[in-house]
Amino acid sequence: MVPLSYYLVLSGFLFACGVAGFLIKRNIITIFMSIELMLNGVNLSFVAFAAHWHVLAGQVFVFFVMVVAAAEAAVGLAIIISVYRTRETLNVDRVNLLKL
Amino acid sequence: MTTNLNLWVIPILPLAGAAINGFLGKKSSRSAVTTVGLVFSGAAFAWALLVALRFSSLDLPYQEYVAHWIRSGSFSADFALYLDQLSLVMLLVVTGVGFLIHIYSVGYMWDDPSYYRFFAYLNLFMFFMLTLVLANNYLLMFIGWEGVGLASYLLIGFWFTKDSAASAGKKAFIVNRIGDFGFLIALFLIIQHFGSLNFSQVFAQVQPMAPENASAGLLTAIGILLMVGACGKSAQIPLYVWLPDAMEGPTPVSALIHAATMVTAGVYMVSRSHVIFERAPTALTVVAVIGTLTAFFAATIGIAQTDIKKVLAYSTVSQLGYMFMACGVGAFSAGIFHLMTHAFFKGLLFLAAGSVIHAVGGEQDMRKMGGLRTKIPWTFWTMTAATLAISGIPGLAGFFSKDEILWRAYQASWIYWFVGVVTAFITSFYMFRLWFLTFFGEYRGAADTGPGHGSPSAHDSSHDAHSGHASGIHESPRVMLVPLVILAVLSVVGGYVGVPGSLGGNNHFDHFLGPVFRSTLPSNSENTQMGEKGASERTTEGTEPKTEASTELMFTGISVLAAALGFGLAWWLYYRNPGLPAKIATSLGGAYQAVLHKYYVDEFYAKIFVKPLVQGSTTILWEGIDRKVIDDTVNNAADDARHVSDEVRHMQSGNLRSYAGWIAAGSAVVIAYMIWMGVR
Repeated sequence: MVPLSYYLVLSGFLFACGVAGFLIKRNIITIFMSIELMLNGVNLSFVAFAAHWHVLAGQVFVFFVMVVAAAEAAVGLAIIISVYRTRETLNVDRVNLLKL
Repeated sequence: MTTNLNLWVIPILPLAGAAINGFLGKKSSRSAVTTVGLVFSGAAFAWALLVALRFSSLDLPYQEYVAHWIRSGSFSADFALYLDQLSLVMLLVVTGVGFLIHIYSVGYMWDDPSYYRFFAYLNLFMFFMLTLVLANNYLLMFIGWEGVGLASYLLIGFWFTKDSAASAGKKAFIVNRIGDFGFLIALFLIIQHFGSLNFSQVFAQVQPMAPENASAGLLTAIGILLMVGACGKSAQIPLYVWLPDAMEGPTPVSALIHAATMVTAGVYMVSRSHVIFERAPTALTVVAVIGTLTAFFAATIGIAQTDIKKVLAYSTVSQLGYMFMACGVGAFSAGIFHLMTHAFFKGLLFLAAGSVIHAVGGEQDMRKMGGLRTKIPWTFWTMTAATLAISGIPGLAGFFSKDEILWRAYQASWIYWFVGVVTAFITSFYMFRLWFLTFFGEYRGAADTGPGHGSPSAHDSSHDAHSGHASGIHESPRVMLVPLVILAVLSVVGGYVGVPGSLGGNNHFDHFLGPVFRSTLPSNSENTQMGEKGASERTTEGTEPKTEASTELMFTGISVLAAALGFGLAWWLYYRNPGLPAKIATSLGGAYQAVLHKYYVDEFYAKIFVKPLVQGSTTILWEGIDRKVIDDTVNNAADDARHVSDEVRHMQSGNLRSYAGWIAAGSAVVIAYMIWMGVR
């Protein structure tokens, strides 16, 4: 059986990748994908703990996260499309109308 | 309390008049303002007369509960009124003289642009004064007390665009405040020790107390503090300085507030508290000494004044001194008697002086008058009556009341009597000086046909706003003369209500007030001379032994002689030898200058109290505490906050990824910390 720590390291790695991508990338879609990566990194640790402690709550949480992520993806992608239509760019640094 | 007098109507009527004129007067016509002002004050007088008619059928003291005011634990002070012989006398004086002066003001103030404001203030004054005299507890009395101060301030500064009037108003208000402070502390002491401010309750608790002869105690403290309050309101040494300056107000105001009624509030208050004073001989002595000193001191200043109203102002201070002298020797009813006659003749003197000022177009300097006898005969004759009355010429009001005071003063100590007689002489002298300077000799004003406006005098018409009277010296309109005549009649006959026994009368006035002032000290106590003596005499006045009567008659003769001497001297100096006073003045040099400058008391106060206060406030309170401590604390706090924000605001870049970076870094730190803690 694979020890718990392996899952956690992988989960931490995925989360760190997501954070790094979120911070570094300028393309909105890439940023969006980085967020998904972070969510899934967390999901992985949830199921790992759930399996380890034999508690179903962790798995139920994962379902919640996936539902919210799906809804978020739907809304987010709609926003991205509308941003692209009005601004003709996907570079977040250029979507700065609200900045001083 | 079987009958209901609806006493509350009396003060409410002038208040309604004040409200109507104050709020609506600006848009109404002069005649409407006049109607409102006169009807409401006249109705108050009429109501007071009705009360007086039903007075004999009342259970005294009559008390009337009007409304709930303050109730806290066992302490209570309500809007409740109190009527006894003393308040009835005050009530009639205030409403009666007040109404006459309202009538006079119609003529005097007719040309003033703020006509409606004048009547609103005058009615407001009446309201507060009536509250003061009708209150059944010290707190309500204090409301009236402060209210008349307010009205006085408003009326002294009536022509507030003139700097001197505005500062005179402030001076009156501030000096009064010093006195009120004493009064207030006296009230606190009364609450603390008697748990009530109600007259009947306080006096009922005071009555069983023994007189504080040997050592000064609570009652002495209360008495002296009450006297401090009275000093402020009634212009006694050392707080008299505001009254002469108060002459900046319109002349009817000087007559009503600063001669006839408000300034006598202190005498009323001391008389009302006689139960306390009788048990505090030290406080009574203080009252008598202050009164005597003031009477003499102010009279001497009056000699050298040249402004007709200033002479009368110092004369008022001096006469108030007489009243306090009377109270101080335990002759409260004599004090009130003088208060009443003084209200008549001093009110008349001021109104007549106003009529003179009116006639000569705003001039107040007596050196620029003269020879007005034939030109304004009505004013001349009424003023003559008042002058004779105040000087103590036998047969007129002032004679009886002043004589009564001097006789009672002699029974207490010959010093009071002596100073009183000397003061009577000085009074007679300066009043006849005024009389001769104003009405006799030749007119000394500028251009005999057009006084006032063409004159180079510094006063010009600004003193008493009389523009449009450029047509030479003229008698005042009838609306001003009628009150003069009525007051003149009162000044002549007003004294006959209190003819003393030695002169064949039986002193009705004294008997009338007797129940109020009947000494409440236990008669077997050995230390009751003052109050008790007064009381026993009061009851035996009519039948006193022959020797007593002849002694009293002798003293009467002496004071008449003093008055006659004053007249003679004034006649000799200002009628026979008009050049002589100036020579005497120059030969006296420094002494004359000192009197002319009112003994430099104002300068002294300015140096000792006002200047240090102003400078201390400027350097310590304003620049030191307010600017350096309070302002700087606030300003520095704001500055520091701004500096910190300047640095910190860089964090708010608006760049979403930098925020994410901060969050990530933060959580990394937290995680690292937790791991480190876990490892340890």
